[in-house]
Amino acid sequence: MATDTLGNQIVQPSEHGHDQGHDVQAHQHDHHDAGGMKVFGFWVYLMSDLIIFGTLFATYAVLIKGTAGGPTPSEIFNLPFILVGTMLLLFSSFTYGMAVLAMNDNRLGQLKAWLWVTFVLGAGFVGMEVYEFRELIHEGFGPERSGFLSAFFTLVGTHGLHVTFGLIWMLVMLVQLQTKGLNAITRPRIMCLSLFWHFLDIVWICVFTFVYLMGAMA
Amino acid sequence: MFGKLNWESIPYHEPIIMSVVAVMAVIIAGLVGWITYSKSWGYLWKEWITSVDHKKLGIMYFLVALVMLIRGFADAIMMRSQQAIAVGGAEGYLPPEHYDQIFTAHGVIMIFFVAMPMVIGLMNLVVPLQIGARDVAYPFLNNLSFWLFAAGVILVNVSLFVGEFAKTGWLAYAPLSGIDYSPGVGVDYWIWALQISGIGTTLTGINFFVTILKMRTKGMTLFRMPIFTWTSFCANILIIASFPILTATIAMLTLDRYLGMNFFTNDLGGNQMMYVNLIWAWGHPEVYILILPAFGVFSEVISTFSKKRLFGYHTMVWATMAISFLAFVVWLHHFFTMGAGANVNAFFGIMTMIIAIPTGVKIFNWLFTMYRGRLEFTSPVLWTLGFIITFTLGGMTGVMLAVPAANFVLHNSLFVIAHFHNVIIGGVVFGMLAGLTFWFPKAFGFKLDETWGKRSFWCWIIGFFVTFTPLYILSFYGAVRRMQSYANPEWQPLMIVSLIGALIILMGIACTVIQFVVSYRNREQLRDVTGDPWDGRTLEWSTSSPAPFYNFAHLPNVKAIDAFWEMKQAGEFETSRPPYQDIHMPKNTAAGPIISLFATILGFALVWHIWWLAIVSALGVFVSFLARIFNDDVDYYVPAAEVELIERAHHERLAEASKHDAHGNGRIGTMGGQS
Repeated sequence: MATDTLGNQIVQPSEHGHDQGHDVQAHQHDHHDAGGMKVFGFWVYLMSDLIIFGTLFATYAVLIKGTAGGPTPSEIFNLPFILVGTMLLLFSSFTYGMAVLAMNDNRLGQLKAWLWVTFVLGAGFVGMEVYEFRELIHEGFGPERSGFLSAFFTLVGTHGLHVTFGLIWMLVMLVQLQTKGLNAITRPRIMCLSLFWHFLDIVWICVFTFVYLMGAMA
Repeated sequence: MFGKLNWESIPYHEPIIMSVVAVMAVIIAGLVGWITYSKSWGYLWKEWITSVDHKKLGIMYFLVALVMLIRGFADAIMMRSQQAIAVGGAEGYLPPEHYDQIFTAHGVIMIFFVAMPMVIGLMNLVVPLQIGARDVAYPFLNNLSFWLFAAGVILVNVSLFVGEFAKTGWLAYAPLSGIDYSPGVGVDYWIWALQISGIGTTLTGINFFVTILKMRTKGMTLFRMPIFTWTSFCANILIIASFPILTATIAMLTLDRYLGMNFFTNDLGGNQMMYVNLIWAWGHPEVYILILPAFGVFSEVISTFSKKRLFGYHTMVWATMAISFLAFVVWLHHFFTMGAGANVNAFFGIMTMIIAIPTGVKIFNWLFTMYRGRLEFTSPVLWTLGFIITFTLGGMTGVMLAVPAANFVLHNSLFVIAHFHNVIIGGVVFGMLAGLTFWFPKAFGFKLDETWGKRSFWCWIIGFFVTFTPLYILSFYGAVRRMQSYANPEWQPLMIVSLIGALIILMGIACTVIQFVVSYRNREQLRDVTGDPWDGRTLEWSTSSPAPFYNFAHLPNVKAIDAFWEMKQAGEFETSRPPYQDIHMPKNTAAGPIISLFATILGFALVWHIWWLAIVSALGVFVSFLARIFNDDVDYYVPAAEVELIERAHHERLAEASKHDAHGNGRIGTMGGQS
């Protein structure tokens, strides 16, 4: 399974800081692979998070016709604008991939640089989303206007909140990399954030397809 | 400054509420005074509040659950006595707005704050021991889960005397729970209590899922796991898959109420049936989250006290998995009357009936385990036998409700109430009380008094049938659920019988409380010296009682199902033998209680729209979480010398016991001989 591969990369015996002064061999049998277990648990959390998104997608599908005389999807989506935001997010996934490659090669400086690039791209995506929301609300198409708009704002906004949380997490990791460097604690966290970031990318591809593309086509 | 909160929010004019508040205040003041007098605050903080020990967390879950059981049962007695008198124009003693809060609070408390913590508490206490682990996968998250659950408990109890609770029924159906029809803070208390404790439950689900998959000891393959671990495993999968639906649904209701959105409103494109669908897409798996671990308890009890391996271990596992899957494809049977059409109703009706098949498999497995076993009629066995009879009856009324045509007649009637109490009391409550009696010595080192345990059982089972059989009958005369008063005087005699039944159950609860007091007094006679009071079969009985905080000096090596039974047959007890090694353990942490304290304040501030306090407490949650993230000093090693001291003391007690008890089981002889 994918997570096993990830897990194995993370824990290297030389980085077991707390094992120093102890007979590593003696504890072998009752020592669980802590880093790998964290990444696996985070993976399970993402699956539960996916169900939140699934619930919101289902609600959106049910409420899409509930426009109550307000705008329909095709009237409010500006596809070229959304495409730019989408590209920012997709590129940020690529740059996060580069960050993980740098981590695996133990190049701390490069890792931090790629994280900053990812942060800027992600912040750009969030900024564009905030702008889109503001425009809609200014035109009187806020989330309280209709069931459709409630479902739209909530689905897209929940994704946006996740990205925002990911950005905060990225800043925390940059601070931790500065103060702690790469060790058995920060490595699994970078891997978890990586899973989180790519997960949000996949969710966004679904949002882009089912909400924006299919909405604009209808 | 204080949002919607002002002095009018406190219900001075309600004598019933104020007297309850007075009693609670006296009890709390007494507790605080006693703790201060005995200088126990430091002990509580160090040994319990900040503890990451799964056994202590399990005990705390159970303690809160028992307190809340009394609160929830007080609501039950009030409802039954109201219905016994409010007939033919009489209004009884509870006005509608109070009565509605009581039946809502009763349902919410009994499911979320009694049944759930009992199930999760038992999982905490037992699962790591059964799989031969020293702790759960994420000990800090485990502590955080408990305290988030406690935050929900606090909010529900605060609603009693600051403001009001929801008047909507326990699932707060929209649009009744929307801002137009429920403008008060009652639904907001419901929202935040469930949302905060629900996050804790989701974390627990992930934690135990990973624990069971990744922390099993050597040789413990999936199909060698004890059945309680298996059923807990499936319950945790259900938690991971269903609780996010609850989180999202409550979040959407919150947006409707706080930001004027239109998910579930009557107008502007909202869809109320979406709410009912979503809440039951979580709600039906939820009942299996509760009942599956209870099935696990009965399996352990019946094989232990029949002195036999469980009949059909593999079919039991597969039946559990089948039920877990089917749990997700039956939700619509809660609202056949929605009007989804004959074909949709037929599908969900058939799926519901199919659940009876794996459940029937389980019933026969238990029966065949007893067949030709040497059954000892201890109180856990009585609970199990009572369960088999009561639950089978409840299951049959469930199959009746699964017939859509019959359901149109019975929907929202007392038949539904009688049915789900039949399976929840007969299944979950009996299961948890059996589990409590069965594993109590592992938690505290002494057994519970059998006489009072049996009295409690007889009161519960007789009380159950006296309470709910009248409700089945009344439903055929047209009695619906949630009636504050009714016109037909012919219903009154059966309503009075039902009240008498509730009073008999109350005696059962009293017996349990007396059982604790009596057992504590006689703890020296009831002492479990060997760690194996029932001649058990699974690994938790291989360590001392109470289990040392590291559970096992050496992690056991498992070769078969019923690992400890096999070890006893082979005379192998390596888990406690010298030489000892240092043991890697997690450190206690204050982060869980502190984060949850801020979460409680956050919930309160959001209920009352005190926005500045909400922002401050949200920052508090974030900063205290950051503090935890930046703390790397989270684990330590228990020195081998300390392990040796603890294990040697255990061996000495064993040797002492084998002197007094010449015909003790093989284990005492072996252990005594080598120490």
